[in-house]
Amino acid sequence: MLRLELRGEMSRSMIYWSPFFAVILTFIAGMIMFTILGVDPLKAIITFFIEPLNSLDGIAELFVKATPLVLIAIGLSFGFQANVWNIGAEGQLTIGALAGGGVALLFFNVDSPLLMPGMLIAGVLGGMAWAAIPAFLKTKFGTNEILTSLMLTYVGLLVLSYLIHGPWKDPEGQNFPESRLFHDAAIIPIILEETRLHFGWIIALFGVAIAWVVMTRHMIGFQIRVIGMAPMAASFAGFKEKHIIWLTLMISGGAAGLAGTIEVSGPVGQIIPVISPGYGFTAIIVAFLGRLHPVGCLFAGLLMALTYLGGDNAQIEMNLPNAVTGVFQGMLLFFLLASDVLVRYRVRFGAAKKVTAGEGA
Amino acid sequence: MTEEIPRLELEGITKAYPGVIANNNVSMKIMPGEIHALLGENGAGKSTLVKFIYGVQKADSGTLKWEGEEMIIPNPNAARKLGVGMVFQHFSLFDAMTVEENIAIGISKELASGDLNQRIRDVSQQYGLPLDPDRYVHTLSVGEKQRIEVVRCLLQDPKLLIMDEPTSVLTPQEVDELFVTLRALSEEGVSILYISHKLQEIKDLCHFATIMRMGEVVDDCIPAEESPRSMAEMMMGANLVSPEKPGKTEPGAPHLVVRDLSLASSHQHGVDLKNVSLEVRKGEVLGIAGIAGNGQMELMQVLSGEKLIDDPSAVSIGNEAVGKSGPKIRRNAGMGFVPEERLGHGAVPEMSLWENAFLSGSKSMNLMDKGFINIKGSVDYALNIVSEFNVKTPGVQHTANSLSGGNLQKFIFGREILQCPGVIVALQPTWGVDAGSAAFIRQSLLDLAANGAAVLVISQDLEELFEVSDRLSVICEGELSPPRPAEEFTVEEIGLLMAGLSHDHQDEKVAHA
Repeated sequence: MLRLELRGEMSRSMIYWSPFFAVILTFIAGMIMFTILGVDPLKAIITFFIEPLNSLDGIAELFVKATPLVLIAIGLSFGFQANVWNIGAEGQLTIGALAGGGVALLFFNVDSPLLMPGMLIAGVLGGMAWAAIPAFLKTKFGTNEILTSLMLTYVGLLVLSYLIHGPWKDPEGQNFPESRLFHDAAIIPIILEETRLHFGWIIALFGVAIAWVVMTRHMIGFQIRVIGMAPMAASFAGFKEKHIIWLTLMISGGAAGLAGTIEVSGPVGQIIPVISPGYGFTAIIVAFLGRLHPVGCLFAGLLMALTYLGGDNAQIEMNLPNAVTGVFQGMLLFFLLASDVLVRYRVRFGAAKKVTAGEGA
Repeated sequence: MTEEIPRLELEGITKAYPGVIANNNVSMKIMPGEIHALLGENGAGKSTLVKFIYGVQKADSGTLKWEGEEMIIPNPNAARKLGVGMVFQHFSLFDAMTVEENIAIGISKELASGDLNQRIRDVSQQYGLPLDPDRYVHTLSVGEKQRIEVVRCLLQDPKLLIMDEPTSVLTPQEVDELFVTLRALSEEGVSILYISHKLQEIKDLCHFATIMRMGEVVDDCIPAEESPRSMAEMMMGANLVSPEKPGKTEPGAPHLVVRDLSLASSHQHGVDLKNVSLEVRKGEVLGIAGIAGNGQMELMQVLSGEKLIDDPSAVSIGNEAVGKSGPKIRRNAGMGFVPEERLGHGAVPEMSLWENAFLSGSKSMNLMDKGFINIKGSVDYALNIVSEFNVKTPGVQHTANSLSGGNLQKFIFGREILQCPGVIVALQPTWGVDAGSAAFIRQSLLDLAANGAAVLVISQDLEELFEVSDRLSVICEGELSPPRPAEEFTVEEIGLLMAGLSHDHQDEKVAHA
């Protein structure tokens, strides 16, 4: 018989092993699912997880998709460590994209080396502004940031919809709800010829490095960790909870806004009705899969990006529904949460020692 | 019947955890009606043994006989059915529930039904453990929480009552009253396994004592024939050095001053502070006695800056009015604090010792460079604390929750004291700390005062207060009695003040009656 036994203390190694278990279990469950769908499971897995990486182009594409996921996830990790639950990164991404894209449209056909940095800064500020609403409501009225940030996502999407159906619609766009195509100075530079890999990936890698330093070496990260682990100890040390709420929401909102601007000025090149295939939500899974650690988020972001590519590939090659992507992402989170049991418990085989005929509990 | 059958007999109990043998071949007998003390420092294996008796933990080997019959107690439910009641040192209470609800879930359904509320009131009255069944646990102090556990046990008419440090929250009079109850229970044939660090109590109360050290039974004795000191030495296996007051020095100018401080509690059932004034002079220790839940927590929060007051001059250090300033500014002004809860308040349980050293020492020890943590400096600082305050730990990379209570408390004290504070405020400095560490901590408080710091100790432990204090004051329902030199007080007098029955108050109450 299999049973769980409480560990004396949390297992440090299991914290890092658990994501690997989750990936393996997802593979197994995925193969079962493909079998039930009447598809050769091995072929499906290869189509899903291996084929997309067969070419340089595929690998470049992986980095392109991972860029927003990694950026948003490291931002969210700051908040999650401090128990600030920003669920609205998708909305902050949208508003950030509008702010950054708005700068591009405002200075349409202006060729200046300052335009790109200006757009990125505007993107960060846009995301921050959107995250400031839950921050204000939480610090002022004690509202739950999970609800406010989530609901604001839908408001953000409506703002996007309004702008591209109205004031920002491309005058030469045959009435499609899209903005003008950005001019060259507003397009983020490509860093690998003949692929779509752009400078945003470098920004994401910088983000990982900065986040890692801030989290482990800087007072800001220290305060965030203390407040997340022991709020009373934080107040003992004089760390102010409200400051941390603001700070973490600004970091995560800013990161999401930056990711949004990079999306519209990189792979997309204009503002369209669907800027992101749910990067803001998927990044929540990335953050947890990456154990709220910047380097972990980097790997988790790549894995999640692969599910997007694999889903596309499976759709094209094997005629599988696009929903497979969502299923895989969901399974990963599900199995991760399940595997996390092993952090606190260990699996033992066989019945418990010395069970007697005493009264049951 | 030629020989009485022991109520409980343990033989050769052994329990090993990875890396430690918590109990090694432990044997003991508890007779019906016997009050049996279990003595030992923290980490001696008392808790493991008790958890085994109560069915929380299984032993690797050894036998347990209950009233002569060999058996295994698989879980606490079974223990309770046998008639074992237990008051744990660490409470298992749900903060979001009321006292009554907490008691109800800890006892059998039959017992929980009916007029539980009234029975709680009755029992708490009978044993001098005032408790309002309708209050929410999160509003209660440590002392009041412990009362819930005591009352919960007494409701179940146990045959063997296990009490882990039960008296730390009672006034001397209440301790006496509890002892009357315990003796009465013992005469009715209830056995009591009594775990305490207060050796005088054990001498007064217990019929027999088993002494444990490092997981083994090392000695036993009849407490009435021993002195507290001799028992302490048996338990430590070494000679006890009791704190010594350095030669009397003339205290200096008032350094920590609280003036006319009134504060309505933010909790519905919290205690309002009423017109509290106090002065701690340089070079003296002021002790504040009181039963838990009489405003100590609130006073501590106001002093530490975790709770701010509108009038900045209500709290001042030297000439600096800090009533409106947070903990950081107060630390910069030379204050150090030791809160009651070690884990989660004074230290972050899952963080390493060096990070915990950084927690309060970042500024005063210069451990921060443009916002970046000076890791080497922090590690050195932590190592320094560990060596100067005799903290037993394999290294400063280990987390705070891996330390025993006494060692962590020494670490926290060390961290605050090495920052050379002009003022140190400590709440319950040695609660649940082993005798050796407690003596060490008290000595370091005395030394700190001798070096010219103003020391304020808020405690429920009168022995401790008499050991360290130059002057004493008593807090009761948020009011502070005027401080007087410690040697002028008798224990009885303090007890009356703690119960809110000073002479004039008593007259008043009589007049109202």
